[in-house]
Amino acid sequence: MSQSWRDMFSQMLSSNQISHKPSLIQDTTLWQIESSQWQQAARLAKDLSARWVAGWAEQVEAGFNVNALLEKNGDYVLLRTTVPEMHPQLPSQSTVYAAANRSERHTQDLLGIHFTDCPDHRPWIKHQAWHKHEYPLRKDFPLSGQPQSITPPDMDYAFVKARGHGVYEIPVGPVHAGIIEPGHFRFQAVGETILNLEERLGYVHKGIEKLAVGRSPEKLARLAARISGDSTVAHGWAACQAMEQAASVEIPERAAWLRGIACERERIANHLGDIGAICNDVGFAFAQMQFSRLREQWLRPQLKDFGHRLMMDYIVPGGVSLDITPDACEQQLQALKTLRQELDVIVPAIDMNSSLEDRLYTAGYLSPQTAQDFGVVGYVGRASGQDFDVRRDKPYAPYHALQFNAVLEDQGDVASRVWVRVKEIFASIKLLRQMLSQLPEGAIKADWKRPQAQAEGLAMIDGWRGEIISYVRFDENNCISRFYTRDPSCVNWPALEKIVLNNIVPDFPVCNKSLNGSYSGHDL
Amino acid sequence: MLRLFSKTLKTGVVTERVKKPTSDDLEQLGIEVKQQIDRHFKGSLAIREVDAGSCNGCELEIHALNNPIYDVERFGVHFVASPRHADVLLVTGPVSRHMQTALLRTWQATPEPKWVIAAGDCAVCGGEFGESYACCGGVDKVIPVDVTIPGCPPTPKMLLKGILGLINGVKTQSQPLAASQK
Repeated sequence: MSQSWRDMFSQMLSSNQISHKPSLIQDTTLWQIESSQWQQAARLAKDLSARWVAGWAEQVEAGFNVNALLEKNGDYVLLRTTVPEMHPQLPSQSTVYAAANRSERHTQDLLGIHFTDCPDHRPWIKHQAWHKHEYPLRKDFPLSGQPQSITPPDMDYAFVKARGHGVYEIPVGPVHAGIIEPGHFRFQAVGETILNLEERLGYVHKGIEKLAVGRSPEKLARLAARISGDSTVAHGWAACQAMEQAASVEIPERAAWLRGIACERERIANHLGDIGAICNDVGFAFAQMQFSRLREQWLRPQLKDFGHRLMMDYIVPGGVSLDITPDACEQQLQALKTLRQELDVIVPAIDMNSSLEDRLYTAGYLSPQTAQDFGVVGYVGRASGQDFDVRRDKPYAPYHALQFNAVLEDQGDVASRVWVRVKEIFASIKLLRQMLSQLPEGAIKADWKRPQAQAEGLAMIDGWRGEIISYVRFDENNCISRFYTRDPSCVNWPALEKIVLNNIVPDFPVCNKSLNGSYSGHDL
Repeated sequence: MLRLFSKTLKTGVVTERVKKPTSDDLEQLGIEVKQQIDRHFKGSLAIREVDAGSCNGCELEIHALNNPIYDVERFGVHFVASPRHADVLLVTGPVSRHMQTALLRTWQATPEPKWVIAAGDCAVCGGEFGESYACCGGVDKVIPVDVTIPGCPPTPKMLLKGILGLINGVKTQSQPLAASQK
């Protein structure tokens, strides 16, 4: 057995005089390092081609804990450092990992931690809802804040400008033309060609991290289910799994399987919607009509079997809220057969269509190298050669007991992202078939155990968009003292700025839809 | 191409029919909406959807109104790209403070007479997010609201009922509701 990257990383840190006191958050290795060596540690990890996964910070008694999660081959390492409350600063990791940049700006806006030599210090999540030297996630900042009667728009954001003959700028949003979430896109273009795109997000910042503080486990699960409406199962699962870890609650096997069923159903529902919408963005109504029909037919039984069309609040701390009857299992198995038969007709029909081919192939190219540099996950990563799937690489119940093939493509264009979705539907159908036919008997919910004060939990769940990271820390009263969740969109959004380069402006909607980042999940 | 025609023909019309009302109230509801829109909006009601901080759950269900099963356009309801083309603003979300000005400007850009529907628990009263440093706590804190549709998220059928409720409100008042609240 070859040496794991974690051991190699540890040796490299030691040989560079970086002390890293080891401890554990459940099965994830946690290394406490000196803040002055924060950037150096990241550089060593990058040399081992580890992926930067997530970054967050929290206020503790000694000052602020700053965390950075790294991963390679499904093996996660959490780096942690502590900076003093008086002068909270440390060297930036975004000079090493581009993916860390927005996360550091998020931490800068909400906690006032200064990342020195960070290449970009512009506010990110903060617009004008609170003052420059106020930090909502600090303990002395009240949840209510001191809002003005009308929050002014954020007019002074320094967008990158392009100048030259025939160069012009297109501002888009936050209110878009379709039924979609708000965000701002600033294009620099020549003729129809996009020279540069800059995203400006943060419009739907709802203070989720602040709202989580002081909540009971049940109430946190409710909040997590509303981080991103299309990933309600995946986010609910991630938050509950993190809490269950912290409280050492073992969920019943049947509950884990039911969670798996709900999560795969969610994946299928969203992929069905997305494939139709991508085709619709290039004016191919046939696919939109067929796939939105399939999506509706897919959602309807969920109201009966899972208590909600989108399965919101189905996952609760300790298990799930509703059991499934053998009849319903049988009906779902039948529905899988029907769906597969439908797709076997529709998919070849759109595959053979030349007008669709013309618009989707080669549009919105993301190279495997760029995907790796940004640490892109989910179907966006898998369409650009990033062979990573939490379900396979760091399996959790029920996936450790199931057979499935992770989907991988390397063409990196819009068509490739469509094909990954199609293949993921097929893979999920197979998974569902296994889970429904071998569903273990037993309880669906375990009793809650009061976690110890300061107990931490860190969960990784593969939602339909990709890997979700959820972190919780409890206080002494069974309530949450810190909750952070990293939606896959956080690492995928920056890739969109690269995907659209040299494409034409009218292809932006289809490029955007092929990535389909969550605004709400990103803005928190 | 033949595959497309073949699949289209074999799929047939899946839209839940309006001609023969049965126990399913979608059909009844649709007929009623259609009659009222014909009478009070000359056959067409233009809606501009504004996400003011929703989690995207409401948007998924509003999208569903346009799928071939609900096919809300057959009742004369259609979604438009600009507030300047809209009769109604359909607003979701607790109105994040960062979206407050954008929502206000969208409302100002909508020509009179205009109506506002607050769709989803968040839009009605702040929902899970409530009022905080980051959220205004409901659409009526920012612009006048004529009709509310509760639900997290409201189902497509509830949305359709809400739209009908708005039209029924309009016909009982000679003045537009939004104007009378000013």
